[in-house]
Amino acid sequence: MSAAKHPRVALFVTCLVDMFRPSVGFAAVKLLEEAGCVVDVPAGQTCCGQPAFNSGDRATARAIATRILDTFEAYDYVVAPSGSCGGMLKSHVPELFADDPMQAARANAFAAKTFELVSFLTDVRGMREVNASLAATATYHDSCSGLRELGIKRQPRALLKSVTGLSLTEMGDSEVCCGFGGTFCVKYSDISNKIVGKKAEDIAATGADLLLAGDMGCLMNMAGKLQREGYGERIKVRHVAEVLAGMTDGPPIGEADHGAEN
Amino acid sequence: MFLTTETFKENAVEALGNEQLQRAMHNVEAGFIGKRKAAADRLPEFDQLRANARDIKNHTLAHLDLYLEAYEANLTAAGGLLHFARNSEEARSVVLDICKRVNARTVTKGKSMISEEINLNEALSAAGVDPIETDLGEYIIQLRGEHPSHIIAPAVHVLKEQVEADFRRVHTHLAPERNLDEPESLLGEARAVLRDKFLKSDIGVTGANFLIAETGTSIIVTNEGNGDLTQTLPRIHIVIASIEKLVPTLDDVSQILRVLARSATGQDFSVYTTLSTGPRRPGDPDGPEEYHVILLDNGRSSMLGSEFQDMLRCIRCGACMNHCPVYHAVGGHAYGSVYPGPMGAVLTPSLFGVDKAGHLPNASTFCGRCESVCPMMIPLPKMMRHWREREFERNLSPATFRAGLSVWAFFATRPWLYHLATRIGMLVLGFAGKARGRFSWLPLAGGWTKYRDLPAPAGATFQAAWAKRPRT
Repeated sequence: MSAAKHPRVALFVTCLVDMFRPSVGFAAVKLLEEAGCVVDVPAGQTCCGQPAFNSGDRATARAIATRILDTFEAYDYVVAPSGSCGGMLKSHVPELFADDPMQAARANAFAAKTFELVSFLTDVRGMREVNASLAATATYHDSCSGLRELGIKRQPRALLKSVTGLSLTEMGDSEVCCGFGGTFCVKYSDISNKIVGKKAEDIAATGADLLLAGDMGCLMNMAGKLQREGYGERIKVRHVAEVLAGMTDGPPIGEADHGAEN
Repeated sequence: MFLTTETFKENAVEALGNEQLQRAMHNVEAGFIGKRKAAADRLPEFDQLRANARDIKNHTLAHLDLYLEAYEANLTAAGGLLHFARNSEEARSVVLDICKRVNARTVTKGKSMISEEINLNEALSAAGVDPIETDLGEYIIQLRGEHPSHIIAPAVHVLKEQVEADFRRVHTHLAPERNLDEPESLLGEARAVLRDKFLKSDIGVTGANFLIAETGTSIIVTNEGNGDLTQTLPRIHIVIASIEKLVPTLDDVSQILRVLARSATGQDFSVYTTLSTGPRRPGDPDGPEEYHVILLDNGRSSMLGSEFQDMLRCIRCGACMNHCPVYHAVGGHAYGSVYPGPMGAVLTPSLFGVDKAGHLPNASTFCGRCESVCPMMIPLPKMMRHWREREFERNLSPATFRAGLSVWAFFATRPWLYHLATRIGMLVLGFAGKARGRFSWLPLAGGWTKYRDLPAPAGATFQAAWAKRPRT
C-alpha cells in the first residue's frame, strides 16, 4: 500500500474521549478508514499535556511532549478528535522545544504531520461528503482553539451538509467561548457559569434539537449546563465525529443508555 | 493607584450579582464588536496594516534608547521640557512642583490612563489643587468617586439613568425640571459646565497616544475635543506618558493611527487627532507658555528583553477587553487594576508584581479572541501563560492545585499506570452514573457540579475497548 493513498495514521485519542466518550474514538477510526487511512492507536499515549502547560508547569509539559514525540515518530500523520488537543500538539509542542536545537526539528516535524480530525478529513484527505444520515436540526459551536489556532470553521459544516436528513442552523455568537477553558471552569466557576449560561441561551434560541462541536471539554460543559437548565430533554449533545461517522445509536452526552435513545 | 487584584474572585462574584453592571456590560458587547468588525472589513489592507504596526513598534522597542535620545533632543529644540520619572512618586512630584511654582488652583485634565496609574488626582487634591476631568466618561467617573472600568470608555459600567441622577445631584445650579433623557442632553450639559472650568484652569494635563522621536511631538486622539481645550487654553501644558509610547516618525504613526480607531470604536479615524510640539512660538495665535513632558517608566524598562516585551507594543485601543468573555462577565472593576481585561492581565503583574496580580493572568479561558482582534498582534494568551509559569516557578499557585497537578503528572508520564488508573476510575464512575448518564453532584467535583451536570463516562475507556475490539 502506498503511503500517499493509504497513509499510516496514529489516532491521538485525547484523554476526555478515552475516559468519557470512547464512541468518539471509534467514530474517528471509522472516518479515517473511510478516508483511506490505516489507523493505529499507540498504547503509549496519555494526554497532550495542556493541564500542565496552561498551569505554568513547563517541565511536566515538556516531559509529556517528549514522550509524545517518541510515541508518534513512526507515523505519517497524527490525528486528534479535538481542536484543543490538536492546537496543543500542532502549535504549542514546538514552542516547548524552541530553545532545544536537538528536539526542535523533531517537534516541528511532528507538528507538521499533526491535525485535528475533521480538518484532516477535508483539507488533507479531500473528503467532500460522508455516508451518514440523521434526522435532526443541529447547531454547531466553534470551539476556540480549533477556530483560532487551527482555522476550523467551514470544514465541519461542509461535511455536516452531506449528512442525510440533517439541517444546520447557526446560533448567535457561535465563535464565542463556552467558558470551559480547562481548569478555568473549576478555578473560576462563577465566571465560567456566567459564560456557559449565555452560551446555553444562544443554543436554545436556535430551536435546534442537537448541539455539535469538535471538542469534548466544551461539549461536556455545554451539555452539563443545558441539562442543568432544563434544556436536556429538547437538546441533545454529540461530538461532530459521531454524526459524521453515522454512529449515533448510543446515548447522547450526559444521557443514560436506554438502548433506543435516538 | 487602587489595587484590589488579590480579591479578584470576590470582586467577580459581586460583579456577577450586580444587575445594573450586567445590563451595562451587555452594551459593551452590543456597542463595540460589530463596529470594529465592520471597520476592519471595509479596509482590505487592515491585516497588512496590523503587521506593519507590529513591526514599527518592534523596531522602536529594539532601539528604544536611541529613539528616547532623539525624542529628547527634538523636544528640547522645540522648547519643551522633558522629565524622566522612574516611578509614580517621581511623576507625581514633577506635577506637584510645577503646580506649586505657579501657584496653580485648578488643573484640567484630558483622558489619561497614566494619570490613573500614578494616582495623580488624589495627589493633586491632597496638595490643595482641584483636578477636573474633562473627558465625558472621566467626568462622570469623577462625579461618582469611581475609577475607570475600561481604558477607552471609562464609564462603560454606568447606565445612562445613573449618569442623569449624578448630574442632577451635582449640577444643582441648573433648573431641576430640565430634560436629560437623551445622551445628547447629558453631553450638552457636561460641555456647558466644563466650558467655564477650561477658562479658569491654570494647568492642562493630558496623556499621549504617541510620542514622535523625529519631531519631539506628542499626539492625542479624542472624540470630544476636550483634549484640545485642555492643552491649549491654560498657561502650562503637562503631558504624562509612558516610555513605550514612542514611535520613530510621523509616517510610522500615520500607519498605526489607521488601525487604532478602527480597533477601538470602529471609527475610521478619531474625531480629533491633535499634535503638540513644544510651547507657543512667537507669532502663534494660541498654545501654552510652558510645555512639559513626563516620561514614566514604572517597571516597563524591565519588560524589555523579557518574554513580556511584546506587551509594550500595546496602543490602548481596548479591543481585547471589548472581545473578552471574562471581561463581559465581570466588567473592568473586578480586575482591581487600572488596566483590566486581557491587556491588563499581562501588564498589571508587570507593573505591580505577579504575587499581587496572579489571578488576572489565570482568569482566562485562553479563548484567544483578544489576540485575534489586537491591532498590534500581541500574543496575549501566550504572555498570560508566561505569568502562570513565573507563578509556578515561585510556588505562588495554590498548594492543593499544585499537589493535584503533580499526581496527574505522575500518571500522565507513565502510560501503563495511567491506563490502569483511568480504566479502574472510569469503571467505577461509569457504574455510579449508569442510571442517569450524568451526575448532579460528585465529591471533589464541586466546582463543576455547582452550576452544571457532569456527564458520566461510558465505563470502559477507549483504550480498553480498543484492545478488546474484534479484529478482522
